[in-house]
Amino acid sequence: MITAERKPFDEILELVDGHKKILVAGCDTCVAICLTGGEKEAEILASELRMKAQADGREVEVEHTAAIRQCEWEYLDMIAAKVDEADVVLSMACGIGIQSMAEKFAPKLVVPAVNTNMLGMPQEHAVWLERCGACGECVIGETAGICPVVRCSKSLMNGPCGGSHDGKCEVTTPEKEDIDCAWHLIWERLKAQGREELMHKIRPPKDWSKSSSGGPRKMVKEEAKPV
Amino acid sequence: MTDDGYKAGSNLEKVLAAGKFAVTGECGPPKSADGSVIEKKAQMLKGYVDAVNITDNQTAVVRVSSMASGVQVQQNGVEAIMQMTCRDRNRLAMQADILGASVLGIKNVLCLTGDHMSFGNHPEAKGVHDLDAINLIKMYKDIRDEKKFQCGEEMSVAPALYIGCAENPFADPFEFRALRLQKKIAAGADFMQTQCIFNVPKFKEWMKEVRALGLHQEIKILAGITPLKGVGAAKYMKNFVPGIDVPQEIVDRMASVEKGPPAQAEGKKLAVEMIKELAEVEGVAGVHIMAVEWEEAVPEIVETAGLLPRPAVA
Repeated sequence: MITAERKPFDEILELVDGHKKILVAGCDTCVAICLTGGEKEAEILASELRMKAQADGREVEVEHTAAIRQCEWEYLDMIAAKVDEADVVLSMACGIGIQSMAEKFAPKLVVPAVNTNMLGMPQEHAVWLERCGACGECVIGETAGICPVVRCSKSLMNGPCGGSHDGKCEVTTPEKEDIDCAWHLIWERLKAQGREELMHKIRPPKDWSKSSSGGPRKMVKEEAKPV
Repeated sequence: MTDDGYKAGSNLEKVLAAGKFAVTGECGPPKSADGSVIEKKAQMLKGYVDAVNITDNQTAVVRVSSMASGVQVQQNGVEAIMQMTCRDRNRLAMQADILGASVLGIKNVLCLTGDHMSFGNHPEAKGVHDLDAINLIKMYKDIRDEKKFQCGEEMSVAPALYIGCAENPFADPFEFRALRLQKKIAAGADFMQTQCIFNVPKFKEWMKEVRALGLHQEIKILAGITPLKGVGAAKYMKNFVPGIDVPQEIVDRMASVEKGPPAQAEGKKLAVEMIKELAEVEGVAGVHIMAVEWEEAVPEIVETAGLLPRPAVA
């Protein structure tokens, strides 16, 4: 899923500064599952904003809503009436949802209440780990189902580097504790699969033109187009 | 700042500071370790330009580095303007390279975003773009004036730099182009070179906006000139080079003469006419002649345009 974290409250206040009618718009898909931007979180942020306005003696109307998915046009129609009434929409969706809102309702001001951070999964309750870089050229068929593009701090194609120690990455710090060395994991799992000879091969440089280095990407499925 | 009040004290800076009409050229390093190529080009341009741009993997094609070639032209008596793009280096490398270039005697640097990898010979490469050209200018200005790295750490000896930028008056949105130059000036650019000009009326319109903002008094503007070798070059630039505006009448004029030497003569003649016209535009401090892979045309163009001898400013 796509994960996101709420922005610091002061930054959110700055983004909506001067506006009288604020709509906090949640999204009930990825950001709801990662407990950041679903309807419940939208409601909480709306009340925080109201309380802050009251404490500061400002008159501000704050409403909240949520779309099933902010990244699809048809679901945006369902919240259009509320959007129309607002001066500014504070979207709690991922960057995709926020941009869909901004495009759908342009020139309405739509600002982000979250920082979208990764494509990841909940490793345990309330802990998410990055798993995919959407690089457009998946190599995990040869790396034991472990992505070296985002799980290796250096995106090595031929790891591990000299900084691997006790199964941990050299980037491990008190703040970023316990980063597993992806290539150590790859080695161990390939051995368990009896496929460690895959580590002997020199893997060529990646084709980054298939990632964001090639410019904004577009996918078209001709077979799925309406006839 | 140098003892005599210059930012870098380069020849280019002195010529422009003295109010002389500057002439810069451009040299593309070779796609091999052949050291003689740049030497020959430098010898060709010596005495005809005040400084020469050394391109940095231009059009995203690998060549001898701009730093090495820059040092080489300086060893051959021509001052270098080292181009530095954001495509191939992160902020560590861009700072390391400017310190290295300075240690090796380079004083002029031109800060560019860089052509996208997809245009070049390694389209699969990852684009770095850690900084953009405006942030690169600011980083070099802070290194020079504040003696500070981008992270804020101080250094004992700062490089003396004359910082340049480019701007394309023919890119869109047109109404933002002069404002973008203003941002580059605010970031710290000392001189700028424009994209090749073929559409002179549009350039003049842009200069009007530049003057309305007073930018010509804050930065030295060098108008970009590219002599056309023939109608093929004109058509190619019109149709295939992004950001270049070649009016049809220029294509027609180049098509009206025979290929080969007559076309080349016409191309040089057109370049001279354009230099003379651009020199009259208020706020134009010099010309930047980009005769890439046709450097031998430069001496004749500079001479016919009446720009010789090049000034010697102490």
